[in-house]
Amino acid sequence: MSDVSNNGGAAKPKPSKLNPNVVPMPEQDAKVRAGNFDEVPTGYTMEMAQEEASRCLQCKNEPCRPGCPVEVPIKDFIGLLRDGDPIAAANKIKETNNLPAICGRVCPQEEQCQAPCVVGKKGDPVSIGALERFVADYQRDHGDHDAAIELPESTGKKVAIIGAGPAGLTAAADLAMIGHSVTVYEALHAPGGVLAYGIPRFRLPQAVVDSEVEMIKKLGVNIEYNAVIGKLFTIDELVDELGFDACFIGTGAGLPAFANIPGENLNGVYSANELLTRVNLMKAYQFPEFDTPIKPHNKVVVLGAGNTAMDCARTSLRLGAEVTLVYRRSEAEMTARIDELHHAKEEGVDFQLLTNPVEVIGEDGWVKAVKVQKMELGEPDDSGRRRPVPIPDSEYEIEADAFVVAIGTSVNPLVPNSTKNLDLNKWGYILADPSTGATSKPGVYAGGDIVTGAATVITAMGAGKDAAVAINRYLGGPEPEVAEPEEEVGTA
Amino acid sequence: MHKIVSRRVLGQRVVELEVEAPAMSKKAQAGQFFILRIDETGERIPLTFAGWDPEAGTIMMAFLPIGKTTNHLASLKVGDSIRDIAGPMGEPTHLEKYGHVVFLGGGVGTAEALPVARALRQAGNKVTVIQGARNEDLLMYEDELAAESDQLLIATDDGSKGYHGFGLDLLMKMIEDGEQIDMVHTIGPAIMMKMTAEKTRPHGIHTVASLNPIMMDGTGMCGACRVMVDGETKFGCVDGPEFDAHKVDWDLLMIRQTTYKPEEEASNERFKKIQEKGCECEPASDPDSKVKEVAGN
Repeated sequence: MSDVSNNGGAAKPKPSKLNPNVVPMPEQDAKVRAGNFDEVPTGYTMEMAQEEASRCLQCKNEPCRPGCPVEVPIKDFIGLLRDGDPIAAANKIKETNNLPAICGRVCPQEEQCQAPCVVGKKGDPVSIGALERFVADYQRDHGDHDAAIELPESTGKKVAIIGAGPAGLTAAADLAMIGHSVTVYEALHAPGGVLAYGIPRFRLPQAVVDSEVEMIKKLGVNIEYNAVIGKLFTIDELVDELGFDACFIGTGAGLPAFANIPGENLNGVYSANELLTRVNLMKAYQFPEFDTPIKPHNKVVVLGAGNTAMDCARTSLRLGAEVTLVYRRSEAEMTARIDELHHAKEEGVDFQLLTNPVEVIGEDGWVKAVKVQKMELGEPDDSGRRRPVPIPDSEYEIEADAFVVAIGTSVNPLVPNSTKNLDLNKWGYILADPSTGATSKPGVYAGGDIVTGAATVITAMGAGKDAAVAINRYLGGPEPEVAEPEEEVGTA
Repeated sequence: MHKIVSRRVLGQRVVELEVEAPAMSKKAQAGQFFILRIDETGERIPLTFAGWDPEAGTIMMAFLPIGKTTNHLASLKVGDSIRDIAGPMGEPTHLEKYGHVVFLGGGVGTAEALPVARALRQAGNKVTVIQGARNEDLLMYEDELAAESDQLLIATDDGSKGYHGFGLDLLMKMIEDGEQIDMVHTIGPAIMMKMTAEKTRPHGIHTVASLNPIMMDGTGMCGACRVMVDGETKFGCVDGPEFDAHKVDWDLLMIRQTTYKPEEEASNERFKKIQEKGCECEPASDPDSKVKEVAGN
């Protein structure tokens, strides 16, 4: 529950002088939070949110909006919040984004909507993500989550969505709002995809995911769990036998990559996916109340430099381990969000950068240490980043009883390989038109990580959104009036 | 939710459940498996299909109550439901006409014998099924296997039924007697499959083993089930579960299987205590006396 004392009150007067500093969001103390799975930033109060909203210049040309892959009407929602109507603000966001409480938390706003913010030129940009989170939470906490939902007339068309992750849920919601009958096939027993198995609860509380999914279900979206497409049904069967008029494939990230160094099959070596799925989806941190176990490790070495690596490191800390993160390049090349890096450091993760693991050393089948090698940066490589070069005779061992590999994924072949006439790229990802998601197979669309390889939640949502527009056109459905006021949305 | 429509005890201890799973019952193939989760707090465990009935829309599983989840499963009654079942998972048994195939099942591994033997036979093979178990109480599907195979041989470690010794001894005898064997399909404890691989290797008999590594999602996502086959890391769930037994790193499989042993034991002990107390927090497993006999022994 947000700490709100000013519900619908009058707008605060616009300060005559713009505060160059962002209103900081309160957080749990680093020492305390490293021992629990509760959310780290605790959220704005109404006062804080209105104060931050009043920093927005309400630019007519909305430079922030094109920075958002789903083009949330940022200026308008912030204006509504500033004027004291957080619920109207939340509904405004929902014109283009069905998962605002999630996006407010996990989007890399600093690279997207907040990057072009005019206020950011001389100070901190407006904290659009924090405001999005605030209004979405406010709406959820005040029981007005679905007040604006009015189900449209059925078009009589059936769409199958493969995967209940960010791409699939977004496409599902948008298609349902137009009146198509939507069934989502999810391989796991719970919705959310990476939001459920990947992103830890201290970054994205279960209640937030649950309530956003509930909202989507209220649009009439049917979710079938434990339905592994490629095994239970193929895409061809969905179309030819189950009568779907179109399909969207949003099966997400795939098989975990390993570092291909000796010792990676020792007990105590995990993929990021395994560690995170055990803890997040299966709730192993509540073992034995929940049946899925996780080993109580003392010293964990995490390999990787992205948000997932930070999630693994911070999860391991919370499970009681000392954590060292190793990465072969320097901090400048790390792909994790600044906030995540900062949080991990604050909580006590030991960063050993320019350090590359060369072997996992075992004893009696279990991890005992990770042998690493120091690196230095040489000439730029194909990716434009400076190539890490090993320093001779610099090897040393880090004592460890677990090693977590968070270096990405390769494609999961279940759907690509079981679908006829579906063109793939050389790595096995599905070839899809970047603006529509159309694949080589008529009526079959794809988006998210199964097309792009590992990317972000909001990028996948953007792909789901674009595909929904294209699928609707393919089905000859009514054009949704997304730019109109919310009472007309989907009623055309 | 998957309602249990029938429950039998096979022999004395192996429990067979038939549950509703209409779509899966039309897709399951010999050698495949599914992943179940009994309830909201349950873990996901893989079990091979013991059978399926597309007309009734059901699938069959047969298991020995041995850990927390199987004990819990054994305590369920007709009319109870299993919350989640996902499948079919894994690649089906490779079917071709080999000639004479021996299915060597050890312990509860024999659960998949019926569909596998049937499929191999339909592919034109002569099929001998060897069922090995510690004792007579652990045998299963004797009549059905006798009917579905060309020959059924029984071995018990304690001699309580059939040959006194291991199932593998019977296979070796056939080989020593000069009987033509073109393929061996084995499933059971890893140590038994390893020994089988070692024994058939010198005779050049193609041997396929169905592996049982620790799994979680079963779709290739987590990598918990990695096994080494021919020097390469493979995922048991999507690349398997069946592999060339001569190329499997058996010692690695056995070590990896022990990863959660202490946790599994603690969980099982806790469950037994809760069951004895009849704790309200396990509503799906109200103990009844018959069930307790099965689960507790």
